[in-house]
Amino acid sequence: MKIAVCLKRVPDTEMRFAIAPDGKSVDPTGLKFEISTFDEYAVEVALRLNEAHGPGETTVIGIGPDALAELLRKALSMGVDRAVHLTAAEVPYDSLAVAQALAAELKDGGYDLVLFGRNATDTGSGAAGAMTAHLLGLPCVTAVAQLELAGGTGTAKRELEGATETVSFPLPAVLTIDEGIARPRIPSLKGIMAAKKKPLDVRPAQLGNAGVVVEKLELPAERQAGRIVGEGADAVPELIRVLREEAKVL
Amino acid sequence: MANMFAFAEARGGQLRKVAAETVAAARQAANATGGGQVYALVLGGPGIREAAMILGGYGADVVMVVEHADLGHDRPEVWAATAAARIRDKNCRAAFFSASAEGRDLAPRVAAILGVGLAADVTSFEMAGDVVRVRHPVYTGKAIATLRVEGTPAVVSLRPGAIAAVEESRTCSVESGTPAIDPGTAKVVVTEVGSRGAAKLDLADAPVIVAGGRGLKAKENFALMEDLAAAFGNAAVGATRAVTDDGWRDPADQIGQTGRLVSPQLYIGVGISGAIQHLAGMRTSKVIVAINRDKDAPIFKVADYGIVGDLFEIVPRLTEAVKKVRSEG
Ligand SMILES: Cc1cc2nc3c(=O)[nH]c(=O)nc-3n(C[C@H](O)[C@H](O)[C@H](O)COP(=O)(O)OP(=O)(O)OC[C@H]3O[C@@H](n4cnc5c(N)ncnc54)[C@H](O)[C@@H]3O)c2cc1C
Ligand SMILES: Nc1ncnc2c1ncn2[C@@H]1O[C@H](COP(=O)(O)O)[C@@H](O)[C@H]1O
Repeated sequence: MKIAVCLKRVPDTEMRFAIAPDGKSVDPTGLKFEISTFDEYAVEVALRLNEAHGPGETTVIGIGPDALAELLRKALSMGVDRAVHLTAAEVPYDSLAVAQALAAELKDGGYDLVLFGRNATDTGSGAAGAMTAHLLGLPCVTAVAQLELAGGTGTAKRELEGATETVSFPLPAVLTIDEGIARPRIPSLKGIMAAKKKPLDVRPAQLGNAGVVVEKLELPAERQAGRIVGEGADAVPELIRVLREEAKVL
Repeated sequence: MANMFAFAEARGGQLRKVAAETVAAARQAANATGGGQVYALVLGGPGIREAAMILGGYGADVVMVVEHADLGHDRPEVWAATAAARIRDKNCRAAFFSASAEGRDLAPRVAAILGVGLAADVTSFEMAGDVVRVRHPVYTGKAIATLRVEGTPAVVSLRPGAIAAVEESRTCSVESGTPAIDPGTAKVVVTEVGSRGAAKLDLADAPVIVAGGRGLKAKENFALMEDLAAAFGNAAVGATRAVTDDGWRDPADQIGQTGRLVSPQLYIGVGISGAIQHLAGMRTSKVIVAINRDKDAPIFKVADYGIVGDLFEIVPRLTEAVKKVRSEG
């Protein structure tokens, strides 16, 4: 099968986090960047599908600055066959602008499956997948937590609130991958060596116009300094009192 | 004066709490433009019409009802096509969805059909002349972005619980209609819906969430959390990834960056350390309580109130105390 995975470069927010002087972007000094969590799951899903279903080709596609190349190489070292780097000095916040560039790259690719992350961990929007599907005219299943393919038809399980849904869909299709479906593998040394010789195409991203733009980025208002109401079970009456009288939630 | 659209989610023949939230948000937005009609769309199986009438109480002027035997559950392509068509027909300035499981699937589809961007998982919004301005937690909750949504319609999804379902009674009319596309032509077909206990309150619908972490030590001990939730009567049980990974709780109960994003009135974290990925899912809760035996656990940094100590002693006592308060009314 021909499978494409769309992969975003995002900052590792467990590291230091500061806002740039422009007040609307992240200060990159000292930040480490990584493949967005769900996108890495999607890479793993693609690799497993092609391992299970016989010969295939897995392609990763990313939009981003020069430094994205490093992460595309990481995907190649996990076992992906080919990478496409759509260059853009800045990635727009608007998922539709991103989807337009991805759809332009994907449309003549002849892919059986196009995988996305459930959402990018920076924007947390979870929109680019369904939007790309619409632009390509392909069926889309979001937040896939389990997946099976047989004879041109896929079956996916999704977690709804309080329910689990099973859906069936025809290939080709666009899927967005939820957590739990596959933990990503660590690249082997052999994989890392092989990745150096794998194709990585570079071309400019044909981004759409952005209608949703970041005006301001700020640190969350510190929650009012909380307090320890006491130690052990004897503190329960005091907790009940503050929940009723101060917080008024009981 | 501008018209607003609200997608009012129904499940199992009933409207969900998030339906009232989207309608109330649309009302608030219409009022901010000096008035305008609020159109609420409800899709569901036969009988949904009666259930939909309560939306007038949250500010809907017109409830557009689509009753269809095939719409008893999630039908993303049909829902999206129908919502987009109504938003256009009614010339709506903004369209509000919930960032619930269904809404997160639906809103981007609708935005794509309409050819506009999406402001997803919004915690507050403001109508400001020509633009709609929203706030949304980004970078796993490390920062809050203020976004400008240009163009019409503005498509917005609201984090469940973030916008209060304020009541505002309107004389509300009903427009019955048909789906914009034949449900039979949908490519994605739901073949099975496994309920996880219909009686159980879901995280998105619960004003109170009691969440348990690895500190509970074993799967069986979640009975303590179930008891605490039952004492509240309006609570759902959540969990950390440490817990769902070990199979102590269903993956759907996981709160955090890679789980559910929740905003209850009251969140009580029990035996949870407060890792950044967990905080990303619950730090917008109105009131946060933490119970942990380690006074330096990071969760105390975001908690409004904390008790340091052994959860196995504290939780049963808390359950009793909550029961007592509830029975006194
Ligand atoms: C990419 C990625 C995504 C992730 N996504 C999520 C996510 O969505 N949600 C999530 O929750 N995590 C997520 N995690 C995991 C996260 O980093 C933490 O590992 C996890 O949240 C820890 O769970 P915990 O607090 O239950 O366990 P621990 O960190 O082990 O904490 C247990 C706590 O219980 C306390 N305790 C122990 N015994 C008692 C007792 N008897 N009485 C009182 N207190 C007690 C301890 O003091 C401790 O603070 C993610 C991690 C990664 C790398
Ligand atoms: N710059 C990008 N390059 C490649 N894929 C992307 C990019 N941005 C988003 N995506 C894909 O779209 C998904 C959803 O992104 P978002 O709508 O921003 O949450 C991500 O998980 C990726 O799979």
